[in-house]
Amino acid sequence: MILTQNLGKSFDSFTAVRNLNLNVGAGELLALLGPNGAGKTTTVRMLSSILRPTTGRAEVNGYDVVTQPAQVRQSIGVLTEQPGLYLRMTGIEYLLFYGRLYGITDSAIRERGLALFERFDMADAHQRRLGQYSKGMRQKVGLIRAMLHKPTVLLLDEPTSAMDPHSAKLVRDTIKEMRDDQRTIILCTHNLSEAETLADRIAIIKKGSVVAKGSPAELKQQLLGHPQLEVRVDHHLNGQVKELDNLVTVESINENTIRYRTPNPEQDNPILVRRLGELGLGIIALHEVSQSLEEVYLRVVAEAEEAQPGANN
Amino acid sequence: MATVVARREIKDSFRDWRIMTPIILLTVFFPALMNFAAGRMMAFVSNYGAQIIATQLIPFLLLVVGFFPMSFSLIIALETFVGEKERKSLEPLLATPLTDAQLYLGKMVAVLVPPLLAAYLGMTVYMVGLYFNVGWLPTWQLLSQTVLLTTVQGVIMVSAAVVISSQTTSVRAANLLASFIIVPMALLIQGEAAALFWGNHVGLWWLILALAITAVVLVRMGLHLFKREELMGRELDDIRLGWIAAEFWAVMSGRRENNGRYPNPFRWYRQTLAIVPQLGRPIVTLSVALLGSLGMGVALAFIYRLPPDMLAQFTGDQIAANLDQLQIVARGLPLTIFFQNVRVLLLLALLGTFTFGILGILVFMAPWVIVGFAAGQIFLAGENPLLFIAATVLPHAIFELPAIMLAAAAALRWHLTVIAPPPNSTLSEAFVATAAEFARIFIGLVLPILLLAAFVEAFITPQVMIAVYGR
Ligand SMILES: Nc1ncnc2c1ncn2[C@@H]1O[C@H](COP(=O)(O)OP(=O)(O)OP(=O)(O)O)[C@@H](O)[C@H]1O
Ligand SMILES: [Mg+2]
Repeated sequence: MILTQNLGKSFDSFTAVRNLNLNVGAGELLALLGPNGAGKTTTVRMLSSILRPTTGRAEVNGYDVVTQPAQVRQSIGVLTEQPGLYLRMTGIEYLLFYGRLYGITDSAIRERGLALFERFDMADAHQRRLGQYSKGMRQKVGLIRAMLHKPTVLLLDEPTSAMDPHSAKLVRDTIKEMRDDQRTIILCTHNLSEAETLADRIAIIKKGSVVAKGSPAELKQQLLGHPQLEVRVDHHLNGQVKELDNLVTVESINENTIRYRTPNPEQDNPILVRRLGELGLGIIALHEVSQSLEEVYLRVVAEAEEAQPGANN
Repeated sequence: MATVVARREIKDSFRDWRIMTPIILLTVFFPALMNFAAGRMMAFVSNYGAQIIATQLIPFLLLVVGFFPMSFSLIIALETFVGEKERKSLEPLLATPLTDAQLYLGKMVAVLVPPLLAAYLGMTVYMVGLYFNVGWLPTWQLLSQTVLLTTVQGVIMVSAAVVISSQTTSVRAANLLASFIIVPMALLIQGEAAALFWGNHVGLWWLILALAITAVVLVRMGLHLFKREELMGRELDDIRLGWIAAEFWAVMSGRRENNGRYPNPFRWYRQTLAIVPQLGRPIVTLSVALLGSLGMGVALAFIYRLPPDMLAQFTGDQIAANLDQLQIVARGLPLTIFFQNVRVLLLLALLGTFTFGILGILVFMAPWVIVGFAAGQIFLAGENPLLFIAATVLPHAIFELPAIMLAAAAALRWHLTVIAPPPNSTLSEAFVATAAEFARIFIGLVLPILLLAAFVEAFITPQVMIAVYGR
């Protein structure tokens, strides 16, 4: 469980995070999105009791990040932005070191560590020095380190940024499992489809402030309006199809496709199909145009830009 | 927990050939070389019947043999403390349940153990070699002194390196700053060499004690600096002169307390006066020092009694004429007196910053020792010392003493933030803020009072003296 109230952090006179209010429950995954320098990493650092908040408060797993830092850190697993491994150690030595810091026995570390190595397709690498690992492998080791002591709260700062698609999928599946296992997860990412598939809720931050919050579906609905539909027909369309204007909002007409929006497709789509038939147009396909989170994101970020012009201090 | 960290770091050091190669060279080959040199020298010098010189050099070389591997602790320290920050492997460690102190102590041990082992080993190699070569054995005193010196110097270098590394984020910058450690250390070694050469063992014990105290202070300072917020709270690698100036001015001008606006002069004074109650503990400390120095002056007067014919000059009518010799009463224009006092106080503030306030307190005490000494001599001459003080010091001291007390106390509070910063701010913030508050007290209160005191001293004290002791 993660709870923040008006959480904020200033460095000297620069405000990196302001008035952050989050509430992430067990079994829930919150994705933090936002442009570079938005304050995601700073937030993670405050939640892991590394940086002291300058305003507000935060609770992690029921412990206050300022007054109970030891308990907070015992219950979290953090994947830092840079894996920051000790390159002269082998994979397994590294895990043994970190595991001991959490008071896990060596045999338990070995067992769990090797299972995770295997899970992430690196079974044969655990005896090699970390210096010989590729970038993506290092990131995976960082993730294993964060999960080793089965923390109730996971703070993952861009976990898949260096990974190939297959590895990224393995990692995403693992994250999903952790969430289903009733853990609380905060995921910072620049990968919007990742956020969309994993997140129960999304918070978009810009210049330290939350500019949009909600489930992926809610965000889309709020920002992009009703879903867009596309119908493809078997004839060339020349310009307008006036017969539809009083039924739905037509957005564009191409050679043989029409894009439109409607608040209640259940009622309007059958009528639309009938009318097109009356016009002698055969229907090849009718489907919803998937609206990407990317569109939402870009719009939100651009709007925030207008809302606070020149507010970069 | 701390040992888990220490063990890992030590293992890491042993895997780093950049560290291990020179250490091995210094541990095995260098002592052997020194050994050879010492043996040669013995042979050479004894031909000329000056064996004494050679036997004095042997202990010095023992110290050097220990010092060279020990100096590697500095490099390992910068590597462990700044290098880890630079390579970003510190942050994951900071996210673990380790406390700041455990992490600091674990790293300290890790940094100290390999060079210390190397130093002891090197010294052993050197001594064993010498024993078989020329049959020389150190005395127990010499052995324990060199071992202690080597150890304490190691701790000092390492803890100073930690202090330095907390102020930078790159190993390169830290290496530059490290010369601030190496140079004093080199001077220290020269001093020790001299002491060893002249066989001043008592002096060496005192030196060891002083170094041990310094080491403790530095370790405590490191503990205060090695905090998560200090380590991660900034990433920029500049000495931040701009920030220091801005912060200093914000506190000094009173803007900080006044929500960012400049206060009017009246308000500024009220704020400045509000700092005074915070000086309570430094003032108590200084008052004790003041009484102590008066007492010491009196004691010195009894020990170093002036010859009777000189004492005779301080009796009866002669007092007024001969007071100059005691240099109690400054003769001069008020501005000269004023500037003299300002200079001394600024010197006090400056010296204290490097020495955790110690030299500052000594400067503060010096004049009172003289006053005590003079009063003691007056008493021995058969006059009333209280009357003497009342006549020669009291009139202006009524003003001067509070001013000096305020300045010295504000300075002491500033100097001591290094050892014990207040819990809610970073060390650098606290240091700059208390420096700025010293400046406020100094400009707002001390300077005006000193000016007043200078006029009193120049014009009124002489009148009082004449009234009391006559012409
Ligand atoms: N220690 C620090 N000292 C001063 N400013 C800092 C510090 N750490 C972060 N900042 C500033 O705070 C802002 C937020 O940084 P943060 O690293 O949290 O961004 P982010 O959202 O993680 O960005 P990215 O997507 O690039 O990882 C940035 O403008 C950064 O320059
Ligand atoms: Mg980041």
